[in-house]
Amino acid sequence: MSALLNIDNLQAGIDGTPILNGLSLSIQPGEVHAIMGPNGSGKSTLSYVLSGKDGYEVSGGDMMFEGQSLADMAPEERAIAGLFLAFQYPLEIPGVTNMTFLKTSLNAILRGRGEDEMDAASFLRLAREKSRALGMNDEMLKRQLNVGFSGGEKKRNEILQMAMLEPKLAILDETDSGLDIDALKTVAEGLNALRAPDRGMLVITHYQRLLDFIKPDVVHVMAAGRIVKSGGPELALELEKSGYAEYVGETVNA
Amino acid sequence: MSEAKASIDKDTVDQVAKFGGEHYKYGFTTEIDVDKIPNGLSEDIVRFISAKKEEPQWLLDWRLDAYERWKSMDEPDWAHVDYPKIDYQDLCYYAAPKSMEDGPKSLDEVNPQLLETYSKLGISLQEQEVLAGVKKIAVDAVFDSVSVGTTFREELAKDGVIFCSFSEAVQEHPELVKKYLGSVVPKSDNYFAALNSAVFSDGSFCYIPPGVKCPMELSTYFRINEANTGQFERTLVIADKGAYVSYLEGCTAPMRDENQLHAAVVELVALEDAEIKYSTVQNWYPGDKDGKGGIYNFVTKRGDCREARARISWTQVETGSAVTWKYPSCILRGDDSVGEFYSIAISNNMQQVDSGTKMLHLGKNTSSRIISKGISAGRSSNAYRGQVNVHPKAAGARNFTQCDSLLIGDKCAAHTVPYIEAKNLSAVLEHEATTSKISDDQLFFCQQRGLDPEEAVALIVNGFCRDVLQHLPMEFAVEAQKLVGISLEGSVG
Repeated sequence: MSALLNIDNLQAGIDGTPILNGLSLSIQPGEVHAIMGPNGSGKSTLSYVLSGKDGYEVSGGDMMFEGQSLADMAPEERAIAGLFLAFQYPLEIPGVTNMTFLKTSLNAILRGRGEDEMDAASFLRLAREKSRALGMNDEMLKRQLNVGFSGGEKKRNEILQMAMLEPKLAILDETDSGLDIDALKTVAEGLNALRAPDRGMLVITHYQRLLDFIKPDVVHVMAAGRIVKSGGPELALELEKSGYAEYVGETVNA
Repeated sequence: MSEAKASIDKDTVDQVAKFGGEHYKYGFTTEIDVDKIPNGLSEDIVRFISAKKEEPQWLLDWRLDAYERWKSMDEPDWAHVDYPKIDYQDLCYYAAPKSMEDGPKSLDEVNPQLLETYSKLGISLQEQEVLAGVKKIAVDAVFDSVSVGTTFREELAKDGVIFCSFSEAVQEHPELVKKYLGSVVPKSDNYFAALNSAVFSDGSFCYIPPGVKCPMELSTYFRINEANTGQFERTLVIADKGAYVSYLEGCTAPMRDENQLHAAVVELVALEDAEIKYSTVQNWYPGDKDGKGGIYNFVTKRGDCREARARISWTQVETGSAVTWKYPSCILRGDDSVGEFYSIAISNNMQQVDSGTKMLHLGKNTSSRIISKGISAGRSSNAYRGQVNVHPKAAGARNFTQCDSLLIGDKCAAHTVPYIEAKNLSAVLEHEATTSKISDDQLFFCQQRGLDPEEAVALIVNGFCRDVLQHLPMEFAVEAQKLVGISLEGSVG
């Protein structure tokens, strides 16, 4: 089986400062991978480099998405190819309703794939169905995108966008941060419902607690811009007990 | 949000995508025989224009008086705009399609080439069968100096609505013209208004009789075609007691390297309990990306809520013009009258905009509302200039002003110049202002959701303008949303 995402010896940074120092990682369709690590280890940088945020420079290595090199693609081309990033801090767009944003986004992606756009009625039906499944009321679709949303609502809204766009690979950047336990459960349920044999997920988190609800297939420990250890779900529990000191020390000495 | 609204938003993005690279689609010229007088301005020219239109003596005298006053006035220099001095002796003050010489008796006699021009612009001068659910819009089309046709006149006449070219109104309804012309914008009001009063050639006239709700949207469509020709049209809209009218105005011009002057005057009169909604989608040629060519739009627009409970609402979407100098205003004379100003002004490349409004509170319990959205991109400059004035007798006056500026890129400028003067202690005046930028993070967020940078800008800007777009008639809102996207092409990346 060919990998959904294959990162090989990736080196990248911002403003000439290296942050990723030879990171390698491979995700197969259907797999959920978790990346854990201390602050400053480069987790968010990895999500931005994969999604193509301006200012991040790749200086070496490869990142292949279904056999295609991501490095040469514009951010929207990566989105159209099926790569989705759930933002740690979702942006507000005043005056643009959630519904308009979802529709513009979905149709841009369909168009990018050479498919027909969705008509207004089918779209409305789909949006309502997906938002209800996430415990969001229809009112939320009419609100301006993320304006005045609580932290939990913003994160849930990211999952709604993911549910609408049905990406092949979802990168979730600290989707659990700022959530209380109930919100965390709702978000996790939403994500679990989106697990599928042809979909991969890369869950970036500081804490074990999200992984209590979303059971990963593989857990990676990231430190100083590299994967320093990989294992099964038990690795996350271990980290919860002993912290990252061991790995941080190891890389500093290396 | 309604589905209709959602589909408009989608439409915006589609259109932006479709127009990719096409910056100004109305830039074509029409090859047509014209009757054009030599350049220059003098008393003789004023007399010539008046004679051409077979005007009565009082109107000629009025024009000559305006001309005399204009000669002693100075071009205003207080606005935040910069352009080379205009040589008023090097402009043509009258140009008309030759076929108009004898005047078409009906729309069927209008030169087919003209009709084609308007159909290219998306304006129908045929009173064709209107599809179910689509509202009829009556159009007065002004081509250079003359009105070439007004549609649906007979149908409007059934309700007593008069809608015709200004020249016809002078002939057919002189009593109304004489009563109201210059009653809102006096002929010596300002430099450009005085110039217009001396040489105005045509325009639209509209009168809604007492108690009549005008059964369709009325619109005037202005087109400057001839090179080196100024357009000086005059619009006069009167809503008699209890009447209602919604009026739309659209403008385009060919792409030319030289600048063209447009100095119009619009006067609105609303009597007791009457309401006038005046919407403009102004898409003059803005010049190229280096600021070459484009229209100088120096326009005086003013509405007079002359009697109690009158309402006047201005909505404008300004995307064209090289230089804009324009302040649609309301005189709130009648007690309990209401004035509104909703504006979107977009400047890109080298465009300069100095626009805003004046709300003059004279009557008791008058209220006004100003929502201004300025968007600057490229190397443009965009100023909001507003004045709220409460006179000593205007007890209970209220104003709410909100002016927001959005910057795209780091070479453009936004200015806000509000003047507030309250001479009555009971006045309640509120002013809010914000300035924001489209952030790289917002753009990246949209791109991550599949939008290309231009689609992202169009979406964000349409969101920014939402409060104003909502006030446009449906037919115009769609057009305006597209325009927002197109005007900002090339502003990112």
